[in-house]
Amino acid sequence: MDDRRGNVQSSEQKEEMKKVQEKTTKRRNKEKEELGDEQILNLNNEPPEEDEDLSDSEDSVYSGLEDSGSDSEEDEEDGSDGDVTVDSEQTHQAEEKKNMTEVKRKDDEYEHDSSDEEDIRNTVGNIPMEWYRDFPHIGYDLDGKKIYKPIRNKDELDDFLDKMENPDYWRTVHDNQTGSVIVLSDEQVELVNRLQRGQFGDINFNEYQPSVEYFSSDVMIHPVTNRPEDKRSFIPSLVEKEKVSKLVHAIKMGWIKPRRVEDNSRGTFYDLWASEDSSILSKHRMHLPAPKIPLPGHNESYNPPPEYLFTDEERALWEQQDPSDRKLPYVPMKFSSLRQVPAFPRFIHERFERCLDLYLCPRQRKMRVNVNPEDLIPKLPKPKDLQPFPTVQSLVYRGHSSLIRSISVSPSGQWLASGSDDGTVRIWEVCSSRCMKTIQVGGAVKTVTWNPNPAVCLLAVALNSVVLILSPALADRQVVSSSERLLLGDQEAEAAEDTGAVWSEAEGEELNQGIRLKVHHPKAVHQVVWHAKGDYLASVMPDNSSHLQVLIHQLSRRRSQNPFRRNKGLVQCVSFHPVRPYFFVATQRSVRIYNLVKQEMTKKLQANSKWISSMAVHPGGDHVICGSYDCRLSWFDLDLSTKPYKMLRHHKKAVRGVAYHRVYPLFASASDDGSVIVCHGTVYNDLLQNPLIVPVKVLRGHVMTHDLGVLDVTFHPTQPWVFSSGADNTIRLFT
Amino acid sequence: MGGLQKKKFERGSATNYITRNKARKKLQLSLPDFRRLCILKGIYPHEPKHKKKVNKGSTAQRTFYMLKDIRFLMHEPIVGKFRDYKVFVRKLKKAYGKTEWSAVERLRENKPTYKLDHIIKERYPAFIDALRDIDDALCMCFLFSTFARTGKCHVQTIQLCRRLTVEWMNFVIASRGLRKVFLSIKGIYYQAEVMGQLITWLVPYQFAHDHPTDVDYRVMATFTELYTTLLGFVNFRLYHSLNLLYPPKLDGKAMSELKEEDEDDYAMNSECYLEKLSALSASLSRVVSATEEEDAELDQFPVEGEDTEKMEAREREQKQQEAQKKLFEGLKFYLNREVPRESLAFVIRCFGGEVSWDKSVCIGSKYEVTDETITHHIVDRPNVDKQYINRYYIQPQWVYDCVNAKIRLPVEDYFLGVTLPPHLSPFVEEKEGDYVPPEKLKIMALQRGEKPANEQEEDEEEEEDDDEDDEEEEEEEEDDGGNDEEEETEEQNLKTMQEQSSQGKSLQVKVTPGKVTVENKARLEQEEKAEEKRLAIMMMKRKEKYLFDKIMFGKKRKIREANKLAAKRKAHDDAEKSKKKKARK
Repeated sequence: MDDRRGNVQSSEQKEEMKKVQEKTTKRRNKEKEELGDEQILNLNNEPPEEDEDLSDSEDSVYSGLEDSGSDSEEDEEDGSDGDVTVDSEQTHQAEEKKNMTEVKRKDDEYEHDSSDEEDIRNTVGNIPMEWYRDFPHIGYDLDGKKIYKPIRNKDELDDFLDKMENPDYWRTVHDNQTGSVIVLSDEQVELVNRLQRGQFGDINFNEYQPSVEYFSSDVMIHPVTNRPEDKRSFIPSLVEKEKVSKLVHAIKMGWIKPRRVEDNSRGTFYDLWASEDSSILSKHRMHLPAPKIPLPGHNESYNPPPEYLFTDEERALWEQQDPSDRKLPYVPMKFSSLRQVPAFPRFIHERFERCLDLYLCPRQRKMRVNVNPEDLIPKLPKPKDLQPFPTVQSLVYRGHSSLIRSISVSPSGQWLASGSDDGTVRIWEVCSSRCMKTIQVGGAVKTVTWNPNPAVCLLAVALNSVVLILSPALADRQVVSSSERLLLGDQEAEAAEDTGAVWSEAEGEELNQGIRLKVHHPKAVHQVVWHAKGDYLASVMPDNSSHLQVLIHQLSRRRSQNPFRRNKGLVQCVSFHPVRPYFFVATQRSVRIYNLVKQEMTKKLQANSKWISSMAVHPGGDHVICGSYDCRLSWFDLDLSTKPYKMLRHHKKAVRGVAYHRVYPLFASASDDGSVIVCHGTVYNDLLQNPLIVPVKVLRGHVMTHDLGVLDVTFHPTQPWVFSSGADNTIRLFT
Repeated sequence: MGGLQKKKFERGSATNYITRNKARKKLQLSLPDFRRLCILKGIYPHEPKHKKKVNKGSTAQRTFYMLKDIRFLMHEPIVGKFRDYKVFVRKLKKAYGKTEWSAVERLRENKPTYKLDHIIKERYPAFIDALRDIDDALCMCFLFSTFARTGKCHVQTIQLCRRLTVEWMNFVIASRGLRKVFLSIKGIYYQAEVMGQLITWLVPYQFAHDHPTDVDYRVMATFTELYTTLLGFVNFRLYHSLNLLYPPKLDGKAMSELKEEDEDDYAMNSECYLEKLSALSASLSRVVSATEEEDAELDQFPVEGEDTEKMEAREREQKQQEAQKKLFEGLKFYLNREVPRESLAFVIRCFGGEVSWDKSVCIGSKYEVTDETITHHIVDRPNVDKQYINRYYIQPQWVYDCVNAKIRLPVEDYFLGVTLPPHLSPFVEEKEGDYVPPEKLKIMALQRGEKPANEQEEDEEEEEDDDEDDEEEEEEEEDDGGNDEEEETEEQNLKTMQEQSSQGKSLQVKVTPGKVTVENKARLEQEEKAEEKRLAIMMMKRKEKYLFDKIMFGKKRKIREANKLAAKRKAHDDAEKSKKKKARK
């Protein structure tokens, strides 16, 4: 069909167009009519003079331009889109030519029958035409031959001139698919205008044709149909019956309820508490009302005083903190006027959190302690009333070159002996702080102790595995001679039994220094203690593995014996009872008291501390204090219980030494924190009255060296003075 | 030996508590229903004293409810309603699924509802209990009334909240109960005294809410359901206690005045009345049109064991309160359009002032800007074009500060463009040792009737104050460290002496005139006492020591904070001064 028409038309065109320069371009013409009679569109392909190429079909133009569906035969449709460029059809020619075509159409009326078929000259289809930009052709015709692009020799200037000179320029349309130019005819322009106005394309179409009313309000005599009524219109409907019965059944069963009366009482209020009966009140269960939200402080103000605002550091800190750790949940801010205050972003959150607290947060009644802290401080007798006790440091004894492990005051109170890690024992005069004697013993001295017997003047020194008995000869001749006598007392040393202790006399240089006796122990000796009478002394060799830890020596007979058969733990220190034949042995965690006469254990005191460091026995013999490395001092009342009567946690660091005063009710403790604490401890003869313990003075003076403070403490036998030796190589006297 | 072995956890505290899941199972409720029930009935978990015992030996985290509480819930009729509702939803779903629209409609008409009246009565057997617990209800209702009418919850709820809050505000105005107001960064805090109870609530600023996603609005809605009911009944009772009509009606006069304006501009007919009420400009009508409040002079009954001083103090307080109630009486305010109208109108009316605003801002304005009798014009912008001579142009903070100070503060500090004085919280009551900002001291001086001195003098005073503070601090420090210092010095002296003595031979003996050390007796005594105290503290029992340390720590922290604030303030003031000086130069 297309071929046919194409042939016909091409023949026509050949006649009409004489100025065609290029033969290669195919000229196609399409004419299209909607209705046979009414030729609204007269489709002529009439290229303008200056254009070499010919127009293509309207359809293809449309499809090429719009990229829409290819279905575009109907002009109304095309027109309704309202684009001038869209409904570009053929060029318009002179009247006579149009007539000619009309004539021709009459000749061949079936030629245009194919209005419903697409008449596409360019067969590339609905594609963007720029794909062909780089080719000389623009598509293919129905025979598969290339359609070449028209030679464009118009430039902007020509275009402009054309615009100025050509009166038909406004109705000239460029066909993209064929590259031809089409000038719209008057009718076509009219059609476009009508369609743009939303009118029918056909002028003659009457939109308001009178309608025929088949059914009207007028009552007619005759029926519209003459059909007789159905039988079923006389018989009651079964379906309806079924439905009704269902409903009835549902109502009977109570499935369907009558419509409820509208209840508007929700929003109405009345006097709920008109009758307040106290019965409910009494029945009310135990209720913990939720605490109210705390009231805001100054820092929540929109215009707080400047001191409540955050500094930069505070702000940085606030931002770093976890939201749960923050003291304030918001940052205080200052606004110069009320209108600048923004909405609080966490308002709903906070309200929600309050809701959660109200129903989710477990409640508990907590009793708030409302006490005056002053009332908590125990009422103790004033230290002033408990005088005398040492209050100030009055003398410092310097001379040792290493830390001083042990000090001891002679029973007369005139001399002070000290043993140091520098391998010397020094003897000082108490009142003048003069060093009277320096004895080289050749080893770090662990303990020095004066013989408590005032009738003799002897000093026991423990170092390495030897216990030395010194006679410093610092007393009357009588005393010195009596001590010499004691040393010589029983010359024949019996062979050591199983103790392993060997007695020997010092000779030569040592003798000149005053060393008289040496007791060699199998192991390192840590401590040596005199019995109150001054004849016996006990030495401690801490060793976890054997029962040979404590030896008791008798000086007058030069005899040693091991009182214990069994190892009961690492012995820390031992002490004799001042009056009775009791022997105190402090192991790491407990103190055992042995009756030396009956040879049995009488008591075991639980110190409640981890590691006992030192122990002292009250001159009355009924009380014991133990210092421990875990900062505690425990006071035992032997009559009361095996548990400490009082635990004193006065020190910040390990307690190194404890001491009782022989006369005054005082005791002192020395600790690694560099302090000596003097306490008043009155012991009553009345068994019903508990001892009174009052700390009276904290004495400081020692300098901390190597994390060690005060190592030993001891009282003057008669004066209320206390000596302390420290790791800073000094001994200090507090009076 | 007799008897059966006692089983563990069958008696004692273990039987008094029940875990949440068990409680839920016992009540046969789903978790949301259980939550709702707990919220409505006011049941909350308890923290048992011995958690491990209650938890049957386990230390896992669990919430425990009192078994009694749960038993108490079992007989709640509202549980039945919850079940009805569940059934209703199921039926409705089914009908929807079957597209039986008539059934849907029928079901919809029979939607089960419940009322909370009995719960309110049960939770708050006496009216005063309800009043005590009204804080949260007010906060919540005020928040919900600011929500947009779309989205997060039912429109009816929002409208009801708005209505109730407006009623509440009107009541507070009528009873003149407002005591304190505080503009915070969160919103505006109000505190009112109603029937002897102090009630505090927080109203957010008027902005659209940015609804957070991590908030469960169902919980909030349940609370609101309860709170609206509670607030409604409380309002009813309160209105009747003042012989006011409930639901509130505007006074006849005011009504007729308002009628003149064309109401259609503002709202639809149905909402018009509420709008007028919420304008807070008109007084309410009373059941018995009482003549002005009978000022029945209360006879003073001296209570036994109360000395005259207390009585006098009470009397003074009462007088002050009376004066505060009439704080703005006789003043005529005009609100510019940029100030928060509702809040200001509420506050001003609470203290007897007259207030109006531009007609286009809200319904209920009483007079125009041009009114010559206006005394105060509240503006919140740097300046105003046209100013009338016979009125003060002040910033809104003045009103709030006056209320808190209970006197009319001088207006000079609050003029337009002036840097406002800090707005202080009225809820802070400074105890001894707390930090008191200098502005508060000024206000207190004004309250006592002292005239504000010139600024320089004030500055000096402040400085003096500061100095005093410093001295005190120093003293404290001295208390702590004095002894040590002295000891140290002594020791040093000793040391030097000893050194000299030990190396004495080589040293030339010199006699320097000794200084007579003047011993301060008082000081010595103090030291002695301090030491005594320290020694006594050493002897405290461990438990008491712990408690003592805790208390002292708290005290010290308080002092530290106060000092920090004072220091900050001083630094700030110094900076300001130096700035001023620079500016002068």
